[in-house]
Amino acid sequence: MLAYIVRRLLWMIVLLLAVSLITFLIFYVLPSGDPARARAGDRAPPARVEAVRRQLGLDKPKVAFPWKDSQIRRYYDKLVLHQDLGTSYRSNNAPVWELIKVRLPATIQLALGAVVVWLLVAIPVGILSALKRRSLLDRATMGLTLIAISAPVYWLGLVMLYLFDETLGRFPLVPGFDSYPDGGLTGDPAAWFESMLLPWIVLAASFAAIYARLLRSNLLEVMDEDYVRTARAKGLRERDVVVKHGVRSAVTPIVTILGIDLGVLLGGAVLTETVFNIPGIGRLAYDSIVAEDLNTIQGTVLFAAFFIIVLNLLVDIAYSFLDPRVRY
Amino acid sequence: MTEPLLSVRDLRVHFHTDDGVVKAVDGVSYDVMPGGALGVVGESGSGKSVASLTLMGLTRFENAEISGQVLFEGRDLLQASNEELRRVRGNGIAMIFQDPLSSLHPFYKVGAQLVEAIRAHGDVTKRAARVRATELLALVDIPDPARRIDAYPHEFSGGMRQRVMIAMALANDPRLLIADEPTTALDVTVQAQILALIRRLQDELDTAVVIITHDLGVIAETVDDVAVMYAGRIVERAAVKQIFAAPEHPYTWGLLRSIPRLDLPRDASLVPIPGRPPSLINLPGGCAFHPRCPYVRDRHRQVEPPLDPVPDDPHHRVACLLEPQTRRKLWSELR
Amino acid sequence: MSAEPLVEVRDLVKHFPLTSGVVFRKEVGTVHAVDGVSFDIAEGETFGLVGESGCGKSTLARLMTRLHEPTSGTVRFAGRDISELGPKELKPLRRDAQMIFQDPYSSLNPRKTVGSIIAEPFAIHGLKTGAGERKRAVQDLMQQVGLNPEHYNRFPHEFSGGQRQRIGVARAIALKPRLIVADEPVSALDVSIQAQILNLLKDLQRELGLTIVFIAHDLSVVRYMCDRIAVMYLGQIVELADSEALYGHPRHPYTGALMSAVPVPDPARTLRRKARVLRGDVPSPTHPPQACRFHTRCPKCQDVCTLETPLLEPKNGGNVAACHFPLTESEVAERSPRGAGAIPETG
Repeated sequence: MLAYIVRRLLWMIVLLLAVSLITFLIFYVLPSGDPARARAGDRAPPARVEAVRRQLGLDKPKVAFPWKDSQIRRYYDKLVLHQDLGTSYRSNNAPVWELIKVRLPATIQLALGAVVVWLLVAIPVGILSALKRRSLLDRATMGLTLIAISAPVYWLGLVMLYLFDETLGRFPLVPGFDSYPDGGLTGDPAAWFESMLLPWIVLAASFAAIYARLLRSNLLEVMDEDYVRTARAKGLRERDVVVKHGVRSAVTPIVTILGIDLGVLLGGAVLTETVFNIPGIGRLAYDSIVAEDLNTIQGTVLFAAFFIIVLNLLVDIAYSFLDPRVRY
Repeated sequence: MTEPLLSVRDLRVHFHTDDGVVKAVDGVSYDVMPGGALGVVGESGSGKSVASLTLMGLTRFENAEISGQVLFEGRDLLQASNEELRRVRGNGIAMIFQDPLSSLHPFYKVGAQLVEAIRAHGDVTKRAARVRATELLALVDIPDPARRIDAYPHEFSGGMRQRVMIAMALANDPRLLIADEPTTALDVTVQAQILALIRRLQDELDTAVVIITHDLGVIAETVDDVAVMYAGRIVERAAVKQIFAAPEHPYTWGLLRSIPRLDLPRDASLVPIPGRPPSLINLPGGCAFHPRCPYVRDRHRQVEPPLDPVPDDPHHRVACLLEPQTRRKLWSELR
Repeated sequence: MSAEPLVEVRDLVKHFPLTSGVVFRKEVGTVHAVDGVSFDIAEGETFGLVGESGCGKSTLARLMTRLHEPTSGTVRFAGRDISELGPKELKPLRRDAQMIFQDPYSSLNPRKTVGSIIAEPFAIHGLKTGAGERKRAVQDLMQQVGLNPEHYNRFPHEFSGGQRQRIGVARAIALKPRLIVADEPVSALDVSIQAQILNLLKDLQRELGLTIVFIAHDLSVVRYMCDRIAVMYLGQIVELADSEALYGHPRHPYTGALMSAVPVPDPARTLRRKARVLRGDVPSPTHPPQACRFHTRCPKCQDVCTLETPLLEPKNGGNVAACHFPLTESEVAERSPRGAGAIPETG
């Protein structure tokens, strides 16, 4: 198992390097504006723009031989040798790492909170729908899930905002735009909870629906397995049959998917953060793409990739504990 | 004259499906004496498995219509509540199934599954249950039971897994053990081991056994009485020696003549039963076997034959409308 | 029967590597599926391969039809070495050697009609392209195997297990092959249907002059169908003999154990041989025992069996067996239901 983990971590480094390379190439291959110009300002005279360009090192060829003198070399030097993600063009030379660090808590809270919400909903719903297949409850919930999956997140977010802020006035946004109060969780827990609740629900909606359906179909399949028949034949209580034998098996594939989804979310739930104005990594990524701020874009991409890879590894390890037939 | 341990009377199990009513079991009656061994022989669609699952209440689905009587130790199980039945399962009556790999939960250790079976009936501490589980594994000849108790099902071979299933079934000293095709998924040498084990345990523990199988060889070696099932009904019932020496039903003849045998000359030809087993939704009228029977007469298409005793052997019953003398003559010509 | 054997197998070996590791695959062991097998099959005979799970009979079947490539050794078909042919050269071979598989439920493509399944061999080899010619040929085949030609456009799920196996047979004989390898063709079928399929195979063999390799674990079925039989254990042939010889006087203790384990449908003849039940399980094919592979379970095992590998040699009565201590007549009597001097239990 240890050897397996080490191999996976080595592989992770290779992947991260590959991801950053691809981001770099995409940025320069696709038509976009001129970062030097953005930095210097729209009205700056050409000489000024050139000066900025030289300063940022953008006058050097991107990828060239000799390797030494290209942008890509500078980039990798900084990244690998100094673990320096560079500075943001947009935000006054603030180090990218700082920008990300500040926003990380918000994204983590949003992601984890949403996970809790959707699991709390999906698990009971999935189990009950499977046990009472084709009942009114089952049909109703499956219909609702279809709607929840089909509704785009931003639409749902906007609708929720409208309903709850204006019409019903139940979950007022903290005054001053942001859904995320200053100080976050530690500052004022009650306000924090209130203001995060809506974004959590919106983000969790489609996931809850998917997971409920998945759990339902897994459980239906598992309840037909021979070992469930054996459990009943042993005279176990139906509750034990369903939970210890049925759900235990049905839930295992869900753990895999949960890890992957969480990994993606930790990279930033762009749409939700934008609608609810939550200062997270997703928001940062969006803003930096709009502003063509390469260094920040790469920083966020690398972070997202990192989370996905790590969560994947954690899921695989967890799986080997859940299913004893899997051994590394 | 001892009371039967299990007495099944006119058991019928019909499933209402979108395609029609599936008459899986359509009037089955038999007795099992305490410590006795009954073999139920039939092919797929004969109803043999459904009948046994129904004894334990494992077919109480929404679309199932169950009627008849199942008297176990004097109590009618068909009238029992779900909770009462649960207390009988794995306790008074235990069952083992065909495929031991899929019948054991892959995520739990074997010991845990045994302990679960033990603690399901009776107030037993975990430690005491574990001790009992180790004893049970030793009883079924699993080597090094104290260590193997913490192994997972996939770490055992097929034969060992079936032994574990048997151990689990015997956990609470059942009076009746039902074995549904217990050796079909196993290699032939392992099959012999398992059958020997079942016979030995039956002797030692005085458990009654019902073995469900399609293999007439297994029947010949393991049981005292045989019930042959076809299309949800019992078509012949007799002591095992009679079934092979003097079978009375054309289906039984067909079965005996269509299996290749090691003890007969090699060039003895196989005579298959023509046609296919009937649909359980549209059963043929009258005698269910009539479309495939070489000796069918008009009357057989309309009248359902009752399971009647054979002239000089009240224990031997057959559901056939042919005259007994005709049957005797036909059989003597066939063998 | 021509003098030259149709199939010649010499020292055939097939090992499957076991790898572990996601990125850098490392070989951690080998499955010795087939480990040095040699035999001939004459044209027109029915050759049986018998053994329990893990003995390698299915792998051997696939090696004979080149669905696997051998690790070493040769397979000759009609005098030609087919062991290392590439896909293009193998294609014409497929017309002469066909397989029938065990599971009638998974060996037919559920999305194709029965007609197109049986017609596929013609399509692959570009035969019978005339208008309606193919359909006629398919319907003839359906009739030949006992199916109703009018069901040409039905799908596999509309047929029973026995009928599906007939479809598989029709597909196999479409190109009039010389060799048919049937891998457990009746194991998944009900008893009354098994006899139908077995008789069908026998009839077709007569009509078409087929050579059949019949693989099964059921000794009684193999005896009924086959002229000569090879008994396999852990990738090797332990005994090879004519049917009568094998069942009349088996020489290898494993053959004896197999025979004594088969339940005989006759309570009056339940022999005392039942006490000969074999102990233990089959060892893993990744670590076969030294020297004689059966020595770990053999009641006659002695020191030499763990040191010296027995060769496949003729023994008393014509059977070829690999054993230092073949069964004596009285041991045979205890095991075989046909053994001379078999003592039936009375009463």
